Order: sequence, then structure tokens, then C-alpha cells
Amino acid sequence: MQIPAPFDYVRATTVENALELLARYGPDSRVVAGGHSLLPMMKLRLSRPEWLIDINDLYELDFILRDGNKLRVGALTRHTTLLESEEVAGLFPIVRDAERVIADPVVRNRGTIGGSLCQADPAEDLSTVCGVLGAEAVIRGPGGERILSMSEFHRGPYETAVGHDELLCELRFGIRPRSGSAYEKVERRVGDWAVGAAGAAVTLAADGTVDDAAVGLTALGLDHPLAGAAAVLRGRHPDEELFAEAGRLAAEACDPVADQRGPVDYKRHLADELTQRVLRRACARAAQMQEG
Amino acid sequence: MTVIHDRQSNPAAGDEDRPIGYGRIQRKEDPRFVRGKGHYLDDIVLPGMLHGAILRAPVAHARLVSIDTTNALAHPKVVAVITGKDLLGLKLAWAPTLSADVQAVLVTDKVRFQGQEVAFVVAEDRYAARDALELIDVEYDVLPPLVDARKALDADAPVIRDEIEGRTDNRIFDWEMGDKAETDAVFAAADVVVSQEVVYPRVHPAPMETCGAVADFDAVNGKLTLYETTQAPHAHRTLFAIVAGIPEHKIRIVSPDIGGGFGNKVGIYPGYILAVVGSIVSGRPVKWVEDRSENLMSTSFARDYIMQGEIAATRDGKILALRTHVLADHGAFNATAQPTKNPAGFFSIFTGSYDLAAAHCSVTGVYTNKAPGGVAYACSFRVTEAVYLVERMVDILARKLDMDPAELRLKNFIKPEQFPYANKTGWVYDSGNYEAAMRLSMQLAGYEDLRREQAEKRERGELMGIGVSFFTEVVGAGPRKHFDIVGLGMADGAELRVHPTGKAVVRISVQSQGQGHETTFAQIVAEELGIPPEDIEVVHGDTDQTPFGLGTYGSRSTPVSGGAVALVARKVREKAKLIAGAMLETRPEDLEWEKGRWFVKGDPSVGKTMAEIAMGAHGTIALPEGVDGNLDAEVTYDPPNLTFPFGAYICVVDIDPGTGEVKVRRFIAVDDCGTRINPMIIEGQVHGGLTDGVGMALMEIIEFDEDGNCLAGSFMDYLIPTAMEVPDWETGFTVTPSPHHPIGAKGIGESATVGSPPAIVNAVVDALAPFGVTHMDMPCTPARVWAAMQGRARPPI
Repeated sequence: MQIPAPFDYVRATTVENALELLARYGPDSRVVAGGHSLLPMMKLRLSRPEWLIDINDLYELDFILRDGNKLRVGALTRHTTLLESEEVAGLFPIVRDAERVIADPVVRNRGTIGGSLCQADPAEDLSTVCGVLGAEAVIRGPGGERILSMSEFHRGPYETAVGHDELLCELRFGIRPRSGSAYEKVERRVGDWAVGAAGAAVTLAADGTVDDAAVGLTALGLDHPLAGAAAVLRGRHPDEELFAEAGRLAAEACDPVADQRGPVDYKRHLADELTQRVLRRACARAAQMQEG
Repeated sequence: MTVIHDRQSNPAAGDEDRPIGYGRIQRKEDPRFVRGKGHYLDDIVLPGMLHGAILRAPVAHARLVSIDTTNALAHPKVVAVITGKDLLGLKLAWAPTLSADVQAVLVTDKVRFQGQEVAFVVAEDRYAARDALELIDVEYDVLPPLVDARKALDADAPVIRDEIEGRTDNRIFDWEMGDKAETDAVFAAADVVVSQEVVYPRVHPAPMETCGAVADFDAVNGKLTLYETTQAPHAHRTLFAIVAGIPEHKIRIVSPDIGGGFGNKVGIYPGYILAVVGSIVSGRPVKWVEDRSENLMSTSFARDYIMQGEIAATRDGKILALRTHVLADHGAFNATAQPTKNPAGFFSIFTGSYDLAAAHCSVTGVYTNKAPGGVAYACSFRVTEAVYLVERMVDILARKLDMDPAELRLKNFIKPEQFPYANKTGWVYDSGNYEAAMRLSMQLAGYEDLRREQAEKRERGELMGIGVSFFTEVVGAGPRKHFDIVGLGMADGAELRVHPTGKAVVRISVQSQGQGHETTFAQIVAEELGIPPEDIEVVHGDTDQTPFGLGTYGSRSTPVSGGAVALVARKVREKAKLIAGAMLETRPEDLEWEKGRWFVKGDPSVGKTMAEIAMGAHGTIALPEGVDGNLDAEVTYDPPNLTFPFGAYICVVDIDPGTGEVKVRRFIAVDDCGTRINPMIIEGQVHGGLTDGVGMALMEIIEFDEDGNCLAGSFMDYLIPTAMEVPDWETGFTVTPSPHHPIGAKGIGESATVGSPPAIVNAVVDALAPFGVTHMDMPCTPARVWAAMQGRARPPI
């Protein structure tokens, strides 16, 4: 049994209540949802919050709903719910791709999308997914609600725009016709952190050329979707040559570090290889949607 | 030969459908485990019990300058803080290891590996004990660490064991076996010689329950009751008597359900001794249970062998000789458990399953700034390394000769008529029929079809590999004239009592960690006496209740203790014959046995069942002279030889050419463990070992950075396989009984762990043949496989 440093615990009842508790206990408090990142870090005494504010009773943050041309997902939505949602899979197949390879069923039953994004582990998958889908993050705090783009929200490893007295409440995804997306990860074993992963989202024009595209990498030293990917891909027909060009671009842009999961050259190779694979699949899915 | 009932167990079936003896019956242990009713070490709660926690060194190599425990002692819940200085006073600062070395219980002079024990806190609860560790101030003078075994013998290497007078280097031993001159001569004359460095990296047993102890020293009657996660309760009792000076009859060791062992729980860890000291000091029971990181960082590792192998053959594929030199990393203390006179245990079985003209091996053991161990991990005392070496070398030779690896093996096997077979390094193999097992494995795999499929896939650029391995295990240590652990012979006792109503209890000296002893040992008695297995209670794991014996490791339970149980049952059967004779007023020699009953020759209707005889034994009939009024017996079984299980494994892998990911698609395991007591338990053992093999082949390794930091201190970093990484196992068997074992059984516990890693690595290397790869070391992670594809395969250490 690994024993964390002493801490106190309080269970929030509503978003307002959670915000009050955050204000009361200050920067030494941490919100706990699924707890599958925070609790292991506490057990290893790498994280030592004085207060845990448990938001698992905030059912108001556990939802998936279609709102016009947006899909709204509550921050407390569990990975399992996202994985099993046919609506999400139909609109954003990248989410199911990613959720299938996030940890294991036990973790997915408890872990939440909000927790993953706020933890912002460099090997965390949903930051890449939300990044390439151009999601918006809805944050509430003492000053009310603010809506940030993913590039504003996600600041890099373990860092987001969420202040210590704020709560991430919702993610919003724009629904676009003729679009497809995909995610692929390489891991040493199911449930291990990614050696590397890539995600892509593509929208095709009526003539089958690329209208818009985004490519993101996980655990490969690229905090935000690949700059310039859309410019390179737009207006061109998706083919192997184009995928290879995007792969090269990703390999050049990434900045991986060597660790037990692999050396830099391998990870750079993965950036190339996986970028090609996810673009290929995203384009095929977009074309299918176009036909459908 | 023994009749084997091989049918599905059905708990709802009537008694007539259940085997009374050998056969496929569900484990008696399972109801308590699957219902969460197992009673593990950590479930033990004694009145007034305190809790211990160990402060561990944050660095790998450092002089201990000072320890200040003032703040920790001021913690309101802390009862005691014990340091190395306190233990010096008790003469307990150093304890003997299982290999004639000593190990620090708590650091007195110098830290020698990261995670080494520095101080022990005893507190009112577990949380306080853990918190108080942070209140101990320790000053270290950090020294350069030695983590690379290849540099251990360099002139400028730091001397790790400088506390030993006169020691100026890190060499533990140099040892060799086989005829060097003869071997060199065969190599010099051979058509073909191939050589390869083969590394078996440091891995960890990682049992489900970590190690722990609850010590309860009764100061009034002087008795120590020690609940421990141990695979060898009796050996521990003797060692505690010797080390701690407590009289042996005043020590009771209890090993409850211990959540797996795999060799991790053979030795005596400092934590066990500290729990005892804590109980003596505080006058209250003390529990110490390590956490997962402590288990991974400080308890016995396995392997860590760097092997330079060479194989000599004729051009047409007759293998002539093998030789190897091994650099063995033993960590900071030589704590390997192994029962031979050889410091490398059974490694000299590296000649494998082949009929060779000559063989020679030498091993150099060195100290490094790493955790000590090398105890086991399902390795049968270094057989794992030996089999991996020879099976890699044979595959490399097959490539060199452009021969099919299965064909090359078939051409060189020891033939059935050559058994008992004396190999070139001193082992006498008891029995075997290797070709039959190999051919069955190939048939189950559809070997020819697989090769055809592979050829087609290669045309398309797909990477499919087929790996073959054939192993001969050496288990069941061992005959007391040759084998001992710290002077204790390796015989095992068994006591059997048949109660008046015909129900029985058998007490054994080995301890179960999941092997199913409570079922299989009951089945052995059932087979011999005809009493249903459910009517036989198996008692183990408590030194006050069981006869002396050396415990469970090295797949020795069935070969040694199983022999004891069969013999004690036969002794009871012979006694029953005398009593039946008295009851039937017949001469015993006129009686005949059928399972469960003695009857009069020629008149089968006149007889007595075991239950009737048991009642008779305890009843009022006049017993023959010299026969006691019970139906009990005891034996100590000293095996005449070791046993040599074997098997033929075939693995099929697919590799993603773009990412280097390896998928084990199929695995066919044909095992021969002699007589099969419970096929279901055998299959379970094989499944577990194969899964273990996938872990070692594809992902497991304990790495260190250059500062000596252990990089595998949690299950986030030390990977063990899940159901997702393993295929549906395909198992088969042949039966070649051991000629010298009372029931012909050979042991199965470690076969699959020994045999599977070479099959998987051989498959990976086979898949990479189009890239010119002839060898890569474990673990075959995506990054390492990709590097091999680029022609940059590197050893992991």
C-alpha cells in the first residue's frame, strides 16, 4: 500500500459549491474527478495537495448533447461514455479511436475528459484529439464563464489556462460536413503511456480536395497542432504523396525526448509514420461521409 | 503406467463422475480466492499490533555520515526508530545471505544500492509510520555509482564491498564447468562456428502481494511467531534460529496465502528481521508490508546475465559443441538462492536438449550498485538463462547453415534410447522423448503451412515470424548428497493421518503460492488410497503443524514433496493391509488391493474399505503385533535424482513494419512433465508461464540510469503483460514419466517461463530476417525492434 502525505477531503455538491471550495482552500487544493492521474502521484508523494475537492457528485457536468452545429460534452463525462457513444463516434471517429487506447477499462470507467485535459500529461491523448478538432473549453470561475480555444486552453505539459479557483465545465466541438478524423497510438503495452501518437481531422471540399486539416502529436514534443499543416494540405487531393509530405512536416516539427519508451530517432520516425496513417484514415472517413 | 483421467470437471456431477485420484478437478483453493476470502499476510491483524515502515536510501552509492531521528521520535504516534547503529549492538546489522555472503539489514557504513534499508520506524498506525520517515534526517556523502556490470572489473571501478577486509575489486567468483581443452579442440576442428553475445536483462518477479511480515514476540514464554510471505517456512525458521539466536523450538513461522512468489519470497529480507526486532523492542506485534515500489526496487531481481555464446557444428548441421562465458551481475550483495555447490546454480545445463561432443561454460559474478537477488523468478536456478542461450544459439546456427530451425533441432536431439543421458557438464537426464514432443508441436502449429504463409507474406513485405524453442528443464532439487541450502539438505517430509471415519489430513513441508497444492497433493493421496480428494485436507505453511522440508521453488514441490506424499500414502496403504488382515482374519499376503479397498484374493466380495480399516485401526479389534492403533505414517523423501521436464514451443508473431510493434498471434506449447496429476492445474501453470514469457520477451526490464537510479520503481515503468498482449494459448502434451520418481511426475511450475522467451525472440528475429537481422536482445519493444530493422540492434545493458 502506497501512502500519500496527509490531506483533507471535501465533496462538492454543485459547480457553485466547487468554486466556493476552491476559493476557500486556495492553491493547495486540487479538484479530483476520476483521480487516475492525481491519486498515483499523491501515493508516490510527487503531488501533495492539502485539500481534495471531489467533484464526482456534479452530475450537471456529465452529459453529451447536440446543440445545433455543436456537440457539447460535459467535463465530467467518463471515458467509457465517450467510447461507447455512437453519436460521438459518428461525428468524430477520432474520439473512439483515442478512447479505445486510453489506459484500460478500469481507468476509463472513472477517468473523465475534463480530468485528462486539465492534467495535460504530455502523453495524454485527448489534448491532441480536442486540438485537432478545434474544440472550445468552457471554464467557470469567480468572474463567471469564459470560453477558450484549445490553443489558449492548453499551454504545454501539465499546464493549462484553468486558474486554481476555476473549473473546466464543458468542451464544445464544431460539427462540419464532409469531415473525418482518426487517431493512432504506439505503446509498449496496453495501458502504458504512449511512445507516440498522432491525430488528424480533415474536411474535404465538394470536389474531394482538402478544405481544412489539422494534425496533432502526442508524447512527441509538439504542444499544439502542427502549424502550417492546413496550408500545405488545403486544395490538394488526398493521396500518398500528400500524406508523405505531411509526415515529413510532422517529423520536422516535433521535438521528442529520449526515454525508456524510445530514442529520439524512433519517435521522430513515429511522428512521420503515424501522421501518414491518421491522415490516410481521416481522409477516407471524410470521403465516406461525403458519399454517405 | 498411470491412467490419466482427462475430463472436464463438473462440480454438480455425482461422485461417480469425479476422479478419485488424478484428473481434471477444480482447485480446492479457488472458492476462497474467487470470493475474496483468501487470507493474505496483509489481512493479519493482531491485538495491539504496531506498524513498521522502512526509510530507504535515495541514492545508489554513498557513505552514511549521520542519522538524526529526533524529529521522528517526537511524532506522537511513533514508538521506536531503529537504525543500523542499534542493530550493531544486537549483532543484527548484517545477516547471512543464501550464498555465503552477508547483507546489511540496515546501513551502518555505506549505501550500496538505491532503495537500500536505512532506518525502521515503528508507529501506532501505518500512516504515521510512513509520515515519520520524512522526519528522519540523513546525511549522505555521495560516491560514484557502479551500475554497468561490464565496468565492474575495471581498475578504476569503485569497490562496492570495501567493508570486507582485503577486498580491492568487485569480483564475487569465477567458476567453470566442462572440459575446456576438449571443447576448444572440437571448436578448432569444426566446419562452422558462430558466436553471439546474448543478454538476459534484469527482470522482477513482481508477485501480486508484495513482501511483508507480522512479528509477534511473546516476552513471557520467549516464543516468536512470525507470519511471513515466505516460500520456505522451515528453512526460514532454522535461519532465524541461527541469525537471531532464538531457540528453534521457540520459533513458529506461518506463511499464509501469500499472493504469489515466483522466487521473490525465498530469501529473508531485512524487513522481516526488522519486524522481529521491532516486536522485541516494543513488546507488541509489529506488521511490516512493503509497497509496490519497495518490492520492485529492493527485493530479489532475476537474470542479469551477459552471455557470450559460441556454437560449433558440421556443415550439414550436426551440432558438436557449445561454449560460453557469462558476466553475471549479482547486485550489491551475493544473495542468490541456489542449492548446488556451483555459484551459477544449474546454468551448466546450457547444453540443452542436444547430444554434444563437448561443452564448456564459465561464469564471472560481480558486485554492482543494484539490489541483490537473482533468487529465482521461475527460473529453476538459472536454467532460464541457460535455455535462452542455447535456443538462441541454435537458431543463429540454423540461419548460418540456411537450415530450418525445427529441422536442425530434430537432427540433434538426444534420442529416447540414450536416456538416462549424461551430458558434458555433469547432469544425468532421467528420461525424454524429444522428437515426439517436437513433432506434436509442429503438427499442432501446422508448421509447414505457417512457413508457406510466411513466404507469401514476405513477398508482400509483411513481417511474420515463426519461432521454435525446445527446452529441457532440471528441477526437483535435490538429492541431499549433492544439494543443500546453507547446509540444510533438500529432502522433504510428509505426514498422513487417516481419521477413524476415513477422512484424512496430509501435512506437507512445501508452501503453496498458487500452485494448487491443496488440490494436487490431495489427489496424490486419493490416487494411492482411493479416498476422494475432497476428503483429504492438505496442511501447509505453518512450521508448528508440518514436517521439516525446504519449501516451494525451482519447481520442486511435485518432484520432491509429491514423492514424499505418494510414499507416505503407500506406507499407510501397507499398514492398512495388516489391519485389514486382522479384521478379515486373513493373512495379509492373501489380500489384494484395488483402489480404496483390500480384499481377499479370489473372493473380491470379502474385503475392507479404507474407511472401514480406519475405524478398525482406531477401534477395538486386536491388532497384529507391532501395529499401532492408528492409520498414520510419516516419511522424509530424499529424491535419488533431479527430474528433467521438457517441451517444444512454437510462436508466431506479426510485426508492424512501420512501427516495430510485435503481436504474438499464436503460441503452441507442448509440455512433458511426466505423469500428469491434474491437467487443468498443469494448463494453468503453463498459461501463467507463457504470459510471463511474453512479458520478458516484449516489455520487462529493470533499467538504471548512470547515477544508479532504478527506472522501474512502479508498475507505470515496469511493465507486465495483460490479457491484451497474449494470444489464446494452444497447449498439448506428451507423457514420459520420470523413471525414478514414485509416481513418475517431473514438475511443471517453471517450464513455460523457461521455454517461452526464446520462442518469442526467435520468432521476432525470424520476422526480421529480410532486414538481415540475426539477433536482437530482449525486451523486443517497438523502439528496439525498429532499431534492429535499421541495423542498429543494441544490447539493453
